[in-house]
Amino acid sequence: MNSKVLVAPSPHVHGGDSIQKNMYGVVFAMLPALVFSFVYFGMGAIIVTLTAVASCYLFEFLISKYLLKKVPTLNDGSALITGILLAFNVPANLPIWIILIGALVAIGIGKMTFGGLGNNVFNPALVGRVFLLISFPVQMTSWPKPLGFNTAYLDAETGATPLAIIKEGLKKGEPLSQLMHDIPSNMDLFMGNMGGSMGEIAGVALLLGLLYMLFKKIISWHIPLTILGTVAIFSGILHMANPEAYAGPLFHILTGGLLLGAIFMATDYVTSPMSHKGMIIYGIGIGLLTVIIRVFGAYPEGVSFAILIMNAFVPLINVYVKPKRFGEKRK
Amino acid sequence: MLKTFSLGGIHPAGNKLSASSAIQVLPIPEIVSIPISQHIGAPATPVVKKNDEVKVGQLIAKSSGFVSANIHSSVSGTVFKVDDIMDSSGFRRTAIIIKVDGDEWLETIDRSETLVTEISASKEEIIAKIAEAGIVGLGGATFPAHVKLSVPPGKTAEVLIINAVECEPYLTSDHRVMLEKGDEVLVGTQILMKALGVNKAIIGIENNKPDAIAHLTKLAVNYQGIEICPLKTQYPQGGEKQLISATIKREIPSGALPIEVGAVVQNVGSAFAVYEAVQKNKPLFERIATITGKSLKNPSNWRFRIGTPVKDLIDAAGGLPEDTGKIIGGGPMMGKALTTVEVPLTKGSSGLLLLPREEALRKESKPCIRCGKCVSACPMGLEPFLLMVLADKKEYERLENNAVMDCMECGSCSFTCPANRPLLDYIRMGKGKVGQIMRSRK
Amino acid sequence: MSIIVITILALCAIGVTAAIILYFVAQKFKVYEDPRIDEVEEVLPAANCGGCGYPGCRGFAEALVKADDISKMNCPVGGATVMSQVASILGHEISAAEPTVAVVRCNGTCENRPKTNQYDGAASCTIAATLYSGETGCQYGCLGLGECVEACNFDAMYMDKETGLPVIIEDKCVSCGACVKACPNNIIELRNKGPKSRRIFVSCVNKDKGAVAKKACDVACIGCGKCVKECPFGAITLENNLAYIDYTKCKLCRKCVVVCPTHAIHELNFPPRKEKPADKPSAEAKAEEAPKAKPTANDETTENK
Repeated sequence: MNSKVLVAPSPHVHGGDSIQKNMYGVVFAMLPALVFSFVYFGMGAIIVTLTAVASCYLFEFLISKYLLKKVPTLNDGSALITGILLAFNVPANLPIWIILIGALVAIGIGKMTFGGLGNNVFNPALVGRVFLLISFPVQMTSWPKPLGFNTAYLDAETGATPLAIIKEGLKKGEPLSQLMHDIPSNMDLFMGNMGGSMGEIAGVALLLGLLYMLFKKIISWHIPLTILGTVAIFSGILHMANPEAYAGPLFHILTGGLLLGAIFMATDYVTSPMSHKGMIIYGIGIGLLTVIIRVFGAYPEGVSFAILIMNAFVPLINVYVKPKRFGEKRK
Repeated sequence: MLKTFSLGGIHPAGNKLSASSAIQVLPIPEIVSIPISQHIGAPATPVVKKNDEVKVGQLIAKSSGFVSANIHSSVSGTVFKVDDIMDSSGFRRTAIIIKVDGDEWLETIDRSETLVTEISASKEEIIAKIAEAGIVGLGGATFPAHVKLSVPPGKTAEVLIINAVECEPYLTSDHRVMLEKGDEVLVGTQILMKALGVNKAIIGIENNKPDAIAHLTKLAVNYQGIEICPLKTQYPQGGEKQLISATIKREIPSGALPIEVGAVVQNVGSAFAVYEAVQKNKPLFERIATITGKSLKNPSNWRFRIGTPVKDLIDAAGGLPEDTGKIIGGGPMMGKALTTVEVPLTKGSSGLLLLPREEALRKESKPCIRCGKCVSACPMGLEPFLLMVLADKKEYERLENNAVMDCMECGSCSFTCPANRPLLDYIRMGKGKVGQIMRSRK
Repeated sequence: MSIIVITILALCAIGVTAAIILYFVAQKFKVYEDPRIDEVEEVLPAANCGGCGYPGCRGFAEALVKADDISKMNCPVGGATVMSQVASILGHEISAAEPTVAVVRCNGTCENRPKTNQYDGAASCTIAATLYSGETGCQYGCLGLGECVEACNFDAMYMDKETGLPVIIEDKCVSCGACVKACPNNIIELRNKGPKSRRIFVSCVNKDKGAVAKKACDVACIGCGKCVKECPFGAITLENNLAYIDYTKCKLCRKCVVVCPTHAIHELNFPPRKEKPADKPSAEAKAEEAPKAKPTANDETTENK
């Protein structure tokens, strides 16, 4: 034996899990959705993704090196996730300069102001996304039609999302059954053949990602399933009350960013509760808020806002919702 | 669905390298150092002095309180001195050092191998004999066995649970005992049942030891009231509370003892020691332990005299491997790292694990990403991430409110943490401080 | 035009109303506080270190104002000057406490005390101390993980990388005692600062028997008792194989320093020792001695300053 014997408190072995493994696992789970977005939106999707990822890395590096004066830790993969998620949340024809602003807000305000990975209250990508949505509403809501590599990057033919069609139509007083003719079939919605943000359209790809993450135990089922369940139940009740005014549960789940939000954004480790009980409360909150914003709010889409609002409640949930203790004295 | 405990748990790699190696007898060393504190509770009081002649099995240190245990000489020879030596606790503590001369046993000990199934001793006699023989929990916690068997007034024991889980990775000594001393273990179990006045015993074995389950199930037919209960492999099933939850689905309330739910838990090794003490009149001066490690030449199981230096055991198994970085007394999850190979093996030495330096060296600790994996892994339903922060910030009141005293230091949190945070290090410190505060309050 | 006038008038009206309400509320809920508390707090150093034993300077000020006798109360940061100011505010007799300073009673450097194993747990002395006896053969000495330095609020300590021991910067140390509380092995002691900062102390806390202590560390106190016999003032006591110098009795004669076989007794800030005290010091001898004596004096000051 060449060196001195090591002494440390137990346990003496580690499971081998690491931050990188989890982060790159999430990235791997996002690949199907990424591929689908490339297929549907062509070059535009590739440009947007590359810009978002590169600028997230750049801003993280600059801020941690020159503002926080610490050694930048880029290899943990969290900037990559933020970059891809930001790209997933914007239209595939968004100009580069807007993406840069989004990345700066996401990393700069959403993450680094709180002290970097592990300390942020809000999901960084969503902070960037919502900032862009409010600042550049026109660019952020003119979605290109999914025409594959025929989709031009900047001056593409644009169309509304199914949710926007319904919202506008209902405002004009048209009955839902009439409006549904303008909506692609459920199969098309599931496969992602509709207008929308880059990563949110292909439900099938997102579900593949969910299965992978559950299988690899990167996330637990609690958050995504409670969100989807709550949305299904709540919208189902509304639909049964008045089928002409409220769309059904399947429509709500397959359209907009619900699957993307429930699977990849709400499950962000840092900004979600720690205990399973807390996760369920958080999931129910997001589900309810999403439907309320979609159905009764001014915006056609509400997932981002719902997640951000519930992010703000996470510290409170963590303090007041304790996991089930072994041998807890029952009152 | 196999039974297991209700909350948390992890699945470390089993690495039971020595499972198929039969128990061998370690040669008696030239000199033994027998610490007077090999158990939880008050250290025993030495009753021999320098130059006294002792025989194998002779009492050399007397139990000094209710929670304490007798200590017997494991060799015959002369007491060389009573001095402070470095022992497996990591501190210098008093030990009786004996120079070996021959192997002369006390005449009262029955050295024959014949199985004695007839239990002639009465309930009180059994407990007295167990106390006299200095038997402690041989799973590693070393709690004096007779204390557990003395059911406090107002409480009744309903069931005896034998802990044959051996959930610590690497260790196989209990496994070997079950295979090679199955009848003795079952007779020991019956003795314990008689001592407690219960007519039901459950032996919990994890299903990574199918041969032991099959062997004991076959033998148990001849013994009344003993049930073999296969359990799903999951750490820390060997924890008393977890084992009771797994076998009889009862939850011990926070801060209470197993007797609260009518259960008494004893280790399978203790059951064997009880058999030897009661039927053969043999005090606890030798035990069985595993020596193992991925780089070790012969991972194996040995029966050794208490007080033998760790070095002898390592040499018997093929010598210390070149790449050894850590020498652990016990298993990798709850064992204690030793500072040298000179420390003596004691009643609590269930195994010796030699970890390669690469594997033993801790990785750099990163910031908490709040993934909640420690919360999911905690078998007690605590929030390790929070307890660590509170312990570091010395927030002892909040630690207490967050049930830090329920922590049993199984290490599942540190094991799972993707950021390699030393969660248990801090929680253990906080637990110690809160314990002090709670005691001073009384 | 009229809209501006109305706005201004409305705002003024709201302001006046709010002011009246606030005035009455302030009258109604006024809490009487001894004005001297503020005065005393003003004088205190506002370090909130807790060295006085009270929760921060405000708490100490309240306690000072309430107390009948403040002679036993001391602000270690401000020292005698602050306490005399406090006494004059409160109209008490001035009580002068002897200034003290923190002293590290371990000289187990990497050289003096070879390491026998490598600690790989969380970087906290308390955690290491509860786990085992430490990286060396000495289970009483400094664990070298710097919990005392972390506890110091005045930047008066740092870990010397060469020796692996904490160093106290005497000028910055306010003797608040935070490091004393932080050290799980009770190595750090608050000792009399001494005239011209001259101090003598046993730089060891090892209670093992001589042979064991010596084996673990070259400069350990082996409890031989030579210093006890040598001391003309009875200031040194020997307990559990460890000598301790009572600084209230020590007259700084330095005789014990000479007889200590392991050089465990340290003298600080003394002028270089003359080689033969009997000889009359000549200018030449002094010049010769200075470079010889200086390194040792320097060593000790860097270690224990």
